[in-house]
Amino acid sequence: MMKKFMISCEESGHICDKSQYHEATLWEKVKFKFHTLFCAMCKQHSKNNTKLTALIDKVKAKNLTSSEKNSIKSAFNKELDKHQ
Amino acid sequence: MPNHKIDPNKWIDLYSDYLFNYTITRVNDRVIAQDLVSETFLAGLKSMKNFKGEASERTWLVSILKRKVIDYYRKINSNKGKAEVRMSYNSDNETEGDWLEERVADPFDKTAEDQIENTELADAIDSCLSKLPKKQAKIFEMKTILNYETETICNELEITSSNLWVIIHRARVSMADCLQNNWF
Repeated sequence: MMKKFMISCEESGHICDKSQYHEATLWEKVKFKFHTLFCAMCKQHSKNNTKLTALIDKVKAKNLTSSEKNSIKSAFNKELDKHQ
Repeated sequence: MPNHKIDPNKWIDLYSDYLFNYTITRVNDRVIAQDLVSETFLAGLKSMKNFKGEASERTWLVSILKRKVIDYYRKINSNKGKAEVRMSYNSDNETEGDWLEERVADPFDKTAEDQIENTELADAIDSCLSKLPKKQAKIFEMKTILNYETETICNELEITSSNLWVIIHRARVSMADCLQNNWF
């Protein structure tokens, strides 16, 4: 029974990465939570990993992505050509 | 007062991020914000001859954008059959139709500081990304910033998904290390 719960740090890291992209299953998340109960290193890693996601999301939310910028640019350049 | 010149060729590169940031905090919808920014540039182009050089280009564009945001809210309000609020910004006929460039309190805008921090963070992420090995950087960017599906990336680069996750893991660890000093 206990064996099902126990995962290695390697696997825990893998689940942690997956959950950053919302791709971990519920069962994986349970195993991961259980692992972080006694593994301080994985807990810290998970903290940093989440923070990284948050930082990137912050930039992503408030700045234009390059594809969005390009679509604005192409519409604008069309008008600019007409203008000159 | 310094006399500012207007040059639409560089507008998008110089101001689109700032204007987008300004808009997104007000309309809270990426697609609408993108449309409004795009419209602002086009409106700016059309009324270039009205630019008097009293304010900087950016301030002038923001003043156009402000009107666009107001118009947007008016439009969605009248769609719902709500009463329209009429406001007259120009009391005399002479200035009718001018953009309110000199009345915009742009330099003291409370999002200005956010924008600086955001730009710095974006720069920091970019520079950390450029320190990664090329393949790692590419995959990390596809997955994290462009939000591609795991499967799409695997197919495109012909790697297995476990391979992908190992690369993502290494990239994330180095990114976190690199950003550690200033941003954690």
